[in-house]
Amino acid sequence: MSESFEAGLARCVTSWCDGATGIAGASRLSGGASQETWSFDIVHPDGNIGAILRRAPAGYGAAPERAAGLDAEAVLMQRAHAAGIPSPPVLHVLQPAEELGTGFIMGRIAGETIPRKILRDEIFAAVRPKLARQLGGVLCKIHRLDPAGLPQLRRMNPATEIAELTRDYQGMDWPRPVFDLALRWLRDNDPGPSPDVTLVHGDFRHGNLIIGADGVRAVLDWELAHFGDPMEDLGWICVNSWRFGAIDQPVGGFGTREDLFAGYEAEGGRVDAARVMYWEVMGTLRWGMMCCGMMQRFRTGDRSMERAMIGRRASETEIDLLRLLAPRGITRAGGR
Amino acid sequence: MQDEPTPVELLTAVAAFLRDDIAPQLTGASAFKLRVGINALDLVVRQLTLAQASDAAEHERLSALLAQDGSLLDLNRKLAEAIASGTVDLATPGLAEHLWQTTMDKLAVDQPNYASYRRELEREKSS
Repeated sequence: MSESFEAGLARCVTSWCDGATGIAGASRLSGGASQETWSFDIVHPDGNIGAILRRAPAGYGAAPERAAGLDAEAVLMQRAHAAGIPSPPVLHVLQPAEELGTGFIMGRIAGETIPRKILRDEIFAAVRPKLARQLGGVLCKIHRLDPAGLPQLRRMNPATEIAELTRDYQGMDWPRPVFDLALRWLRDNDPGPSPDVTLVHGDFRHGNLIIGADGVRAVLDWELAHFGDPMEDLGWICVNSWRFGAIDQPVGGFGTREDLFAGYEAEGGRVDAARVMYWEVMGTLRWGMMCCGMMQRFRTGDRSMERAMIGRRASETEIDLLRLLAPRGITRAGGR
Repeated sequence: MQDEPTPVELLTAVAAFLRDDIAPQLTGASAFKLRVGINALDLVVRQLTLAQASDAAEHERLSALLAQDGSLLDLNRKLAEAIASGTVDLATPGLAEHLWQTTMDKLAVDQPNYASYRRELEREKSS
């Protein structure tokens, strides 16, 4: 798009990638004003190298409170890659002198992130039944990363999470009795800080996982990584919002809790199913609050139609919270 | 009194034009945005069609549950506070039914295709 940005990126790439002569096909993938994702090819005589740039442009350094920050994300991906967790290689961390903002460049991994394709396309049919177990194993490896080599991250537990959600909810100044019911339930059923405190990915779900016909190829987007209860990641991936219609398959619409747990335990992890369920409730509320946050951003100046419509999806989490906390009839949400 | 056609009729006609005549001409990001826009128009039509009756019923339930009157927003604030403070909970007669009905009425406007909603609707029909 911008000539100077592409020229700057080319200058940056040729400075550290031996033999590279420039870049080609730079296109912006997604992201808001504060963070951008670009796809491009590193032009190289031995064959072009697919690459992804994640950056916050200069002047957008201040990360939101929850975000780990791009420098931390780069370190997390390097550690994950080194530990054999499916992860793109980090090729370069942006330096201030390059004037490209903060961020990093990683290898581009081929595969799919769009949930409806992963859940419906024929090429994933054979791998779908194996995914939940695979992801359980991947999560266990993430939780086993040595904290000594990891960046500074927030430390969270149920009480701190509830406090943040309560504050955010009160900040909305719009009554949602079902959210009050959920917050009350979370307070009344708080299991306390986890006996094991580990790295938590924080956003391990569809969209942040690159899936191929052979299974999971990469874990992306460590923006919400923190230290806390490892069961949080297992609960988050079971949140109904990530089942995309396949509501009887709790894990991403493709798998069972049993398979997820079995994969986790096969890697040597220990599952506390009650804690996982607790975090599923927390996660459902958290996604609901995130929808409300989209509506707030729409109200406060960003006139994006998409954000406005995501605001209207908060009610989806209300029905899911009721299915979890006040189920009608005898069958419980996803409980099989 | 405003004249005909009604807002619902106008919005429905615009949405149909966008869906049938414009959408097939677009690709990529514009096509996606148009789909979001059409969804928004459809949502507004559902709200204009359904909300008056569901708001009235919600208001009636809230007045009974809280034994007081006020605007729909005020009563919802009071119920939210009562749940937060624990003076009202799922053991309170009528609370669960009220929350379910209110939520079902919201989904009927917001996302009538949401799978959890469709499942609960089936349950209501079969019971």
